[in-house]
Amino acid sequence: MQKKHLRWVIYLAGLLVLLVASVILSLSVGEMNLGFFDIFSILGKGHSSMEYTIITQIRLPRVLLGIAVGGALSLSGVLLQGVYRNPLVEPYTLGISGGASLGVAIAIVFGLHQSIGSFVLPLSGFSGAFLIIFLVYSISSRNGRINIQSMLLTGVMISFIASSSMMLLMAITSAENLHGIIFWIMGSLDEPDLSLIYVALVMAFASLAVSYLFVQPLNALRLGEEKAKHLGINTDTTIKLLFLLASMLAGVCVAVAGVIGFVGLIIPHLMRLLVGSDYRTLLVSSFLSGSIFLVLSDVIARTIISPNELPIGVITGIVGGIVFLLMMSRSSAQLMRNK
Amino acid sequence: MNPSILNIQNLCCGYPKFQLSDICIDMPKGSFAGIIGPNGSGKTTLFRAITGTLGIKSGKIMLGDKNLRTLAPRQRAQNIAIVSQFIDAGDISVEDYVLMGRIPYQSRFSFFESEDDLRIAREYMTMTDTWRFKDQLMSELSGGEQQLAAIARALTQEPELLLLDEPTSHLDITHQVHILNVLQQLNQEMGLSVLMVIHDLNLASEYCDRLILVNQGMIHTQGTPEEVLTFQNIEDVYQTVVVTQPNPLSGKPAVFLATRKVLKEISERTGNPQ
Repeated sequence: MQKKHLRWVIYLAGLLVLLVASVILSLSVGEMNLGFFDIFSILGKGHSSMEYTIITQIRLPRVLLGIAVGGALSLSGVLLQGVYRNPLVEPYTLGISGGASLGVAIAIVFGLHQSIGSFVLPLSGFSGAFLIIFLVYSISSRNGRINIQSMLLTGVMISFIASSSMMLLMAITSAENLHGIIFWIMGSLDEPDLSLIYVALVMAFASLAVSYLFVQPLNALRLGEEKAKHLGINTDTTIKLLFLLASMLAGVCVAVAGVIGFVGLIIPHLMRLLVGSDYRTLLVSSFLSGSIFLVLSDVIARTIISPNELPIGVITGIVGGIVFLLMMSRSSAQLMRNK
Repeated sequence: MNPSILNIQNLCCGYPKFQLSDICIDMPKGSFAGIIGPNGSGKTTLFRAITGTLGIKSGKIMLGDKNLRTLAPRQRAQNIAIVSQFIDAGDISVEDYVLMGRIPYQSRFSFFESEDDLRIAREYMTMTDTWRFKDQLMSELSGGEQQLAAIARALTQEPELLLLDEPTSHLDITHQVHILNVLQQLNQEMGLSVLMVIHDLNLASEYCDRLILVNQGMIHTQGTPEEVLTFQNIEDVYQTVVVTQPNPLSGKPAVFLATRKVLKEISERTGNPQ
């Protein structure tokens, strides 16, 4: 085995251990604190205890959703950054969050969630996201080819249009609806519908598996589109498929958990600094660390002002931003020393 | 005469505002050819047509007995390797970068490089003297070293034809000569056919056995350096007064410039207004 591969295995093992640890931590803390190591004995004893119910009925669904959404957003970000060769692209840059928010805002303003059912919210979020993806895609594809630079600009513009339309709705609607919209936008892992959580989980892991079919083109794309073509890669197809995969992932996440920002931007960045930019290890590392990051952020969000709960998007933004700035200043300090 | 490795027949291609027309090139296997011409003459357009980046309007490009247009991208990459002018590989280790040359041979679903891949990469990295950088990042290498790594990557593709876009631009004379010597060695010892776009007429003359002089989207002259690099051809295409003399060491034509001041002094001395 090459030294490089050994390093990948070590990082991967480390991330898995961290993930398990954050899951146990998340299961143990809350309104009723349980010991970190007591979790196993409580689960071992079975259905009878109240602790068992709290863990499996209340905390476990959140943790599972955190794993799914964190991993999926981060994977989506790393794929888009790879396709666009641009480290500032994230799942929301292309208007996916704007579209989803607009969809939800429309549903709330017209009271659809009350007249039809609460499942309307994620459904309209996903429809909004999907509509935007479709728009961006069809505007920037010509003769079956996609100009990825113009696609980026198109995405940003459509995103602006969507979020401005949403603000228009917010400006003219009632205070009660306004509260609902804002609450939804800020994002939360509190999802009462278990089947939605399973959908998100299956989607996330299936997409991770599918993304591994594209490691070779992704690695070649690190050299640029033209050079990847020179290596015999069909870049047009690759870019289209990966764009659709990444958008769908982000769309599902936003539909289920609202707009949780930053995960898709900074986790892939940090992983590039840590494990390198070879997609064979970067994809799974980004997925796992996205999951870890979101599960831990959720722990903070629901304990810091307990018994109330902060929106998780606030935590990911603040904590993530600070950690990222620290990492950047450390690595640039290292660069300065090396020079 | 060797069978041809690259045969271009009546090629027309280009962009809305710039067209190449009626390009015919026949390059025998094992030759070392250079495309020369002024800025904007169509060198790069021709290069992009041969690499397949630019679609062709009419005509035919044959690679050996295969039509380039019908060749699948992977097969094309197994037959033609391309070294672009700008490498720009960023944070990739030199060894990983060179190993990318094996992509056209790897199954899409292969996850690790095979022993063969590693051996081939090492062989060509040793040949180009880049093995000693193998764990450094591409961005840490100098321009000349990056160019050598790119050549190693191209060789790892085990191509029939190696295409290079101005491999010596931005390099000092040491690195220019070093890189061209490496290419010459590959050409002579492995019989690799090389086609490069090159600006420097003297380097082109020294190293290439065939030159293709492009001007205004058409081929002006092609042939041996002696046939192409005459002062009439150069003055005609480049609109610059030059003198050509054989290089005392190699006997290949060398191009000398005439500055305006020198021309003036000569005309004053001889009383000739020209």
